[in-house]
Amino acid sequence: MTKPAYEGKQPSFFTTNAEFIVRSIRHSLRNVETMIMAIVLPVMLMLLFTYVFGGAIDTSGNYVNYVVPGIILLCAGFGSSSTAVDVASDMKNGIIDRFRTLPIHSWCLMTGHVTASLLRNLLATGIVILAALLVGFTPHADVWEWLAALGIISLFILAITWLYAAIGLVAGSPAAASGYGFALLFLPYLSSAFVATDTMPSWLQGVAEHQPITPVIETIRSLLLGGAADEHAWFAIGWCLLILIGAVIWCTWLYNRRAGRR
Amino acid sequence: MGLAIEVKGLYKRYGSHEVLKGMDLSVAEGGVFALLGPNGAGKTTFIHILAGLLRADRGIVRVAGYDVTMEKLRVKMSISLTGQFAAVDDMLTGTENLRMLGRLNGLSAAQAAARATELISQFDLEAAGGKRVGTYSGGMRRRLDLASSLIVPRPIVFLDEPTTGLDTRSRRSLWDSIQALASQGITVILTTQYLEEADQLADRIAVIHEGRIVASGTPAELKARIGEEVIELLNEEGEVSHTLTTDGTITSIQDQLLMLAQQAPPNARVRLRSPSMDDVFLALTESADSNSNKEAKRA
Ligand SMILES: Nc1ncnc2c1ncn2[C@@H]1O[C@H](COP(=O)(O)OP(=O)(O)OP(=O)(O)O)[C@@H](O)[C@H]1O
Ligand SMILES: [Mg+2]
Repeated sequence: MTKPAYEGKQPSFFTTNAEFIVRSIRHSLRNVETMIMAIVLPVMLMLLFTYVFGGAIDTSGNYVNYVVPGIILLCAGFGSSSTAVDVASDMKNGIIDRFRTLPIHSWCLMTGHVTASLLRNLLATGIVILAALLVGFTPHADVWEWLAALGIISLFILAITWLYAAIGLVAGSPAAASGYGFALLFLPYLSSAFVATDTMPSWLQGVAEHQPITPVIETIRSLLLGGAADEHAWFAIGWCLLILIGAVIWCTWLYNRRAGRR
Repeated sequence: MGLAIEVKGLYKRYGSHEVLKGMDLSVAEGGVFALLGPNGAGKTTFIHILAGLLRADRGIVRVAGYDVTMEKLRVKMSISLTGQFAAVDDMLTGTENLRMLGRLNGLSAAQAAARATELISQFDLEAAGGKRVGTYSGGMRRRLDLASSLIVPRPIVFLDEPTTGLDTRSRRSLWDSIQALASQGITVILTTQYLEEADQLADRIAVIHEGRIVASGTPAELKARIGEEVIELLNEEGEVSHTLTTDGTITSIQDQLLMLAQQAPPNARVRLRSPSMDDVFLALTESADSNSNKEAKRA
């Protein structure tokens, strides 16, 4: 063989992840419709709840303060759900075969999608909070409380994105992934996001109080609006870590099983 | 010279559907090797096993001297794969695709950029390099796909039906690229459904049928087994009613035509064409069947 001008070797773990993250960010930026929907929909919901339902739910006129943490989570859930579609598309496309024949850990593909989702969602969250401030959201939080809230939100986004990534691996096609993903989006409605749980029928109260979204919302609420976060915070962190670890393990298992079969 | 590929007793099934039923194959280093077979013969399955994408159920598979299940990384460093369906990222531009793959093949950022530029011009994609691959034509995608496999030199290159869907001109230029690879000392393993393509490109051909290799040899050897030109007798509706193989010489074609002239109506029409995969298969599988019949009789 003639002497090669470019010698192939195994790229570092860092380079592999960096390349997949850049790839997924490019995908997100170029998927303009998905990006806009991920921001516009939660803002519209917030306006809907504040101006249309808000008066009926809470006559004190302070409903926007109650609803913002729920909207943030709804926004995060919605924004992460496209990860399922992205992952399913990659698995369907021949490109996964190319990645799998490279001297890399092709699983890092997932890290790319998850990181892009985290960044996308933090941006959307920022915009939702700004929009909320414009319609009368009045948070009482110092810098540390804001940072703590941001930390919880990020943890939640990571956990749910990994879950969506796993759903993308389970689903046979991008369309199926989008369908399964949709089901998860109902969870916030069955929590304390929009109404206090004690207004619900008792059987539903049981569900709403013990599902993971409620403690996360209560924690964000108390961090941003004052009040003791106490045990909610531990439940929130516990739930998120549990989902995160479970979803990462599930993803790894599914990836190794799924990647070879299209 | 060593063996690029060494396969012994390879079995692979999907559920209850047995696709590879005891394949044996050795391919020497260097040159172009063509695996010929009809739809569903198991060509892609076989290539995927060689490239480490699928696990064999049974059998020994060594690529570049390395065991595909035990020495995965060494195999990966020895091969590149251009799959049957273009493995390109539609959301990225052509240049971005190549740069990303350059980095994932261990090139530095500067090297990856330089290599991307080289390949873009080598594969005639200058005008499209900065455009998203989603907007490319089938031929452009195929060229980018092949370029993606050639970013860093690998001693063995797998091409799964590389010319399917290409027009004649793109097909010819792809053939040139494939020959250029072989002349650099790279072993090219390609699959195809077209005898003509295997004939043009390959030094050696193996025919896969019902999960086994039923024939292998140089193109000349295989063609000798099926004849050269085929005479087709057409009926009144213009459909082929009968085919006869010849060895392509005037004498042989004349003999066959004389024989037809005695049997067919005088105004019947005939057509001359090159042997197709069907003819190869009929010839090869018939001879395989009659061989096993002979063996059965002898036993
Ligand atoms: N993932 C799979 N699950 C089940 N059956 C499969 C799978 N992949 C391939 N098959 C079956 O295995 C057989 C061989 O398929 P393969 O793709 O290897 O054929 P091929 O020779 O590449 O065909 P083609 O020329 O159409 O590309 C086919 O009958 C196909 O239906
Ligand atoms: Mg195939």
